[in-house]
Amino acid sequence: MSFASEFRNRARVVASNLRHRQIIRTALGNYETARDRRKATYQDWQGARQLAAETKWEAINHLDHYLLDFSTRLEARGTKVHWASNASQAREIILAIVQEKQARSVIKSKAMTAEEIHLNEALEKAGLKVVESDLGELIVQLRRETPYHIVFPSMHLTREEISALFEKELGSAPTLDPEELTMIARRVLRGKYLTADIGITGGNFAVAETGMVSITENEGNARLTAALPKTMITLLGIEKIIPRLDDLALFLPMLATMGAGQALTGYNTLYGGPRQPGELDGPEEWHVVLLDNHRTELLADGEQRDALHCIRCGACLNVCPIFRNVGGHTYGTTYSGPIGSVITPHLRGLQDWKHLSGASSLCGACTETCPVKIDLHHHLLQNRRNAAQERPDNLEEAAFGVFGWLTRRPAAWKTVRFILQKIQPLTRQFQKKPWHPAKPWTQTRDLPVIPSESFRDWWKNRPKTSKHD
Amino acid sequence: MTEKGQILNRIRLALKTNAPRPGHPAPAQVKNPGGSHHPPSPGEPRNWLPKVGESVEEHRTLFARNAAELKADFHWLDSLEDARKLLNDMASREVWQKVATHAGECTSPLCSTLPCKVLTLSPGYDRNELESCNAGISECDFLVAQTGTVALTNQSAGGRALSVLPPHHIVLARKHQLLADLPAAFAGLRQKYGDNFPTMISLITGPSRTGDIERILVLGAHGPKKLTILAF
Amino acid sequence: MDALYPRAAISMVEILERLGHRVLCPDALVCCGQPAFNSGYWDQARAVAQPVLESLQDAEAIVIGSGSCGAMLKIFYPQLFDKTPQKEMACGVAARTWEFSSFLVDKLGVTDLGAAFPHRVTFHDGCHGLRELGLKQPPRTLLRSVQGLELLEMKEAETCCGFGGAFSAKFPMISSAMGDVKCHSALETGAEYMVSNDSSCLMHLQGLLSRQGKSLKTMHLAEVLNCVKKN
Ligand code: SF4
Repeated sequence: MSFASEFRNRARVVASNLRHRQIIRTALGNYETARDRRKATYQDWQGARQLAAETKWEAINHLDHYLLDFSTRLEARGTKVHWASNASQAREIILAIVQEKQARSVIKSKAMTAEEIHLNEALEKAGLKVVESDLGELIVQLRRETPYHIVFPSMHLTREEISALFEKELGSAPTLDPEELTMIARRVLRGKYLTADIGITGGNFAVAETGMVSITENEGNARLTAALPKTMITLLGIEKIIPRLDDLALFLPMLATMGAGQALTGYNTLYGGPRQPGELDGPEEWHVVLLDNHRTELLADGEQRDALHCIRCGACLNVCPIFRNVGGHTYGTTYSGPIGSVITPHLRGLQDWKHLSGASSLCGACTETCPVKIDLHHHLLQNRRNAAQERPDNLEEAAFGVFGWLTRRPAAWKTVRFILQKIQPLTRQFQKKPWHPAKPWTQTRDLPVIPSESFRDWWKNRPKTSKHD
Repeated sequence: MTEKGQILNRIRLALKTNAPRPGHPAPAQVKNPGGSHHPPSPGEPRNWLPKVGESVEEHRTLFARNAAELKADFHWLDSLEDARKLLNDMASREVWQKVATHAGECTSPLCSTLPCKVLTLSPGYDRNELESCNAGISECDFLVAQTGTVALTNQSAGGRALSVLPPHHIVLARKHQLLADLPAAFAGLRQKYGDNFPTMISLITGPSRTGDIERILVLGAHGPKKLTILAF
Repeated sequence: MDALYPRAAISMVEILERLGHRVLCPDALVCCGQPAFNSGYWDQARAVAQPVLESLQDAEAIVIGSGSCGAMLKIFYPQLFDKTPQKEMACGVAARTWEFSSFLVDKLGVTDLGAAFPHRVTFHDGCHGLRELGLKQPPRTLLRSVQGLELLEMKEAETCCGFGGAFSAKFPMISSAMGDVKCHSALETGAEYMVSNDSSCLMHLQGLLSRQGKSLKTMHLAEVLNCVKKN
């Protein structure tokens, strides 16, 4: 089955699932209140967005310069920097490190890039035990699912489901108290931190000026991952670059505001190297893996280059009516929601993933909310155009051709309208029938009644005196 | 060619096409930094970020309000002796068996009089012992009023683990360490460390938290359940 | 609008003429080309849009009763005709194009049209009008001065109704689910009418409401404003 029909099938099921709709609505309700309250504390939110967009523009449009700067500075303090053109190279680099260390267990903190390259599967295949340390990630890992949302991985689950899951997988006693459930995970993971050989993290910002990786999290799991294991590996998309340390004074609060309605996320931590002489603890080795994996292709598209400005705050998913109705798993992609629909065709093939750009009403809520002002919904339109130019759908192309021809011939247009108007009352009774020619519409909606007099008829027939000339 | 070279080449090729600048009217051209490194930021975040007030008193109030909202305990004390009293009371109230700390200007005098065992971290410390401590007591670099944040480094605060492994993190700060906002904090870090930053700088905003179960706030996900900040 | 919602178009003409404007309606104005444009078929869209452009050359102001078509002319024509000889013409048209409510309020400075409509009304923001054109206030300003009209804001006023042109037929289940959310929110207000400045949204929403046997009615903003007080 094609990706498009898989998407369609899943969307059909989830969109009509009222329970799902309610869970997402409740989960995002609190978020919306917190986000709006936070935004209101800014002296000028729009000014902040503009500055953030300009700063990211500067970074991305001088990416070669800043990346080099970043890696040189990291290396100067003993960090090993690796470059990976694609997913398999990145996996190989990480596997080689793990094997060289003869590691047996890995503790991981949340990293969407790791999802992107299917790192866990590769590590497990090599015989390693991989534990996700972020609570939401742990939950979906135990369910053998992918994250539902880039910021809230387990938001589609209720405490009942999580309790049952923990009971089955961790052998804990059932409880419906979120705090107790959290403590179960805490207890289980404590031991893992203390014994894991390798810690793997993602990163939110790569600071070129000082050669540091900034990691944003609420739980402290990334802090522990970067403190205890002897070897630390950080996987970063090359677009994470920002020019200056001080840029974080803007990006960190904006990410927190749009990500979860916080003034600042619980822990924002900058790492500049492995343990140095005189430092008390920390990993002996730090490997930073820089991942391209088709990002340079998106970079080459001047029109959509700003999609690389994304700071993965998840805000566009939260406001997207499509996401809210079909849910994160329906997309079948690492990055879901508007940003996912924009970049997946670039990362994984336009023809295979163009349906995501089609599955949008182009309402623009995403663009309006994006803290770095990515022109998301217009990029969906551009993806549609590029897809149609590259490989037009003959039927659609012909249909628009005929339609265009009709619109240029008022007489023919009138005739068609006349015929439809006459036959429509006859077809009304068949509206709910599965063979109705307009079934996609009529399955859930009545067709509008075509009035006998059109506007143009009225225009022509009205008494001349009422006109002003 | 190395993978690095290939990636950089692809980037340079891609950048031959221009991309429109965000928003309009177009701001002044930022020229390619080339060898000259880091051009100034195209704007001043302070103009847009939440207001923080001018005086120390305003900053203190703001910090206290933020801390309360974050469910952190914040105490503005008159002297080191007051801090000592508060710490000792806490130790007996919470029946501390053992706490961890690092050698420092504030930590050393205050921890030496605690009515419990004290583990002072030194290179090669036993992480299991640290994990078993009731609390971790550390110093910090700055307190940030704007967000209720504690800024610390592995140099100022006893390494990477002390502030996250024990279930209760206690931060000792001098009053002058309270700064207005994040830009001030970054400027302060630059001034303090110059080019030689420690390998970890952490901005801690409240105790460890999660909302991963039905978006309901729970404290103490992996890091400390409690955060206490003493300024004196 | 011509075929499905003549009342809205007629109302617009009547209102504008009452305000003393001369209204023209060239035969070539059938469709703005948005369906093809949105589906990615820009060549076909240009074929539809070209006669529209040409016939609008002499108009002082172009007033459109749909936020969506308004956005097409105002925002997307310059893009569609970018790097073609018609670029300038398209920009000219864009500059002279107004969505109906914005034309009244922002251009003419008219807010009270002397209408009376003694009903409870909730307003649905068409996304194109709201976000492409930035028109949150004008329709509300106009509704507020309608005598007897009680404006009840719904929680999801700014949420997309799910129409989205071809999207509604290509992904009917998503589109309907979105429409459901919208209708639900509108029903919660206890309004009798859901009014919008976008007829395509209304077609979709009315379709859902009638199918579900709900009594909430949809109506175009122009029709409400054309309910003139009898004096
Ligand atoms: S596209 Fe914008 S809103 Fe969406 S995740 Fe990225 S930064 Fe956030």
